[in-house]
Amino acid sequence: MLAAGLRAQLERLGGVVTSTIWRLGYASRFLAYLVLHSGTALRRFRLTIAEIYFAGVLSLVIILVSGLFVGMVLSLQGYETLQRFGASESLGVLVALSLVRELGPVVAGLLFASRAGSAITAEIGLMKATEQLAAMEMMAVDPVARVVAPRFWGGVISMPLLAALFSASGIFGGYLIGVQLIGVDAGAFWSQMQAAVDWSNDIMNGVIKSVVFGVAVTWIAVFEGFDAPPTAEGVSRATTRTVVTSSLAILALDFILTALMFTGGSR
Amino acid sequence: MNRSTIDLWVGIFVAIGLAALLFLSLKVANLASFSSAQSYKVEAKFANIGGLKVRGPVKSAGVVVGRVADIRFDNHSFEAIVTMNLESDFRFPKDTTAKILTSGILGEQYVGLEAGGDATMLKDGDRLRLTQSAVVLENLISQFLFNKAAEGKDEKK
Repeated sequence: MLAAGLRAQLERLGGVVTSTIWRLGYASRFLAYLVLHSGTALRRFRLTIAEIYFAGVLSLVIILVSGLFVGMVLSLQGYETLQRFGASESLGVLVALSLVRELGPVVAGLLFASRAGSAITAEIGLMKATEQLAAMEMMAVDPVARVVAPRFWGGVISMPLLAALFSASGIFGGYLIGVQLIGVDAGAFWSQMQAAVDWSNDIMNGVIKSVVFGVAVTWIAVFEGFDAPPTAEGVSRATTRTVVTSSLAILALDFILTALMFTGGSR
Repeated sequence: MNRSTIDLWVGIFVAIGLAALLFLSLKVANLASFSSAQSYKVEAKFANIGGLKVRGPVKSAGVVVGRVADIRFDNHSFEAIVTMNLESDFRFPKDTTAKILTSGILGEQYVGLEAGGDATMLKDGDRLRLTQSAVVLENLISQFLFNKAAEGKDEKK
């Protein structure tokens, strides 16, 4: 009796593992197919430009405003702590390093996942539910090349730019609060920042992070949309899954990338 | 929304995105000042380098004249060999002294160069003969305590 119960549990565990691996493999094959068939999206670049508009330009306001506020809060909080040690001139270093290395790519990626990723999933899922994708196939148009690939490349191109804008507007917010409001010396704020922030080690690693997040988020978004069950419920579930999975993926990837980039590099 | 409006907005978006990257590179990381100016390598041996790090500044009279390029350990003399990249604009005499100094009490450590009086100038690959190691706080304190203890003994006699 007990053995049968245990057997059922083990079978369920095995089922979960194999279906997860199957889904991962399907998603990887989907990505490979997508990249191989993105010739149309890159040749007819206008398709991709329209998607950059939806994923990038329409995310601008939320990215700039939240970057500004994150920078202002960092500046306020950092000043409180730094002035205890008489190191309030290092405020610029604190704001710039935390934004460029971590918060810029990660928070911009999270916002991008919820703002643009969910929209991509819902759009592709609805196209599938209303049989637009099937209709394209009937007309011998590959829906992956025509619909999915432009959205993928649009997201991948937009994400690093959004992360850079987030960092820049955050540093500006930190400057506003730190220098204009609190009164940290402007020269020390910028010169200490410039002395401490390294181009290849900090800025470029941040850009690499944002590119990786961009690929991960849009990959998850287009895959969930393409794979969604063609019902109203299926599309809504897929949209939720996109936001949850890509947020977790960003945080996990961020940990791995940080461990690779910034450990041992502090020499 | 028609095509040209979308194109315009995407153009604006890409332009300000690249401008933000440029701002981060130039204004925040100050890439411009680390231009690949001509430099020459100079080595120096130190008994103790303290907390000196690669890419740390090399200063003379408080002005940054180069960067620490490499720090190695010499297995024969049991000393640290510090390689420095000095900018070619700055020439130093052959008998220049190199010291490991600290900026402020808790600041980072840097190599300070003090020019000598020799007529010949340093060339690429030269080694500085006169060096002074980093001050290790523990050694300083123990020296001070020993001196104090010795003074106290003298006074009792």
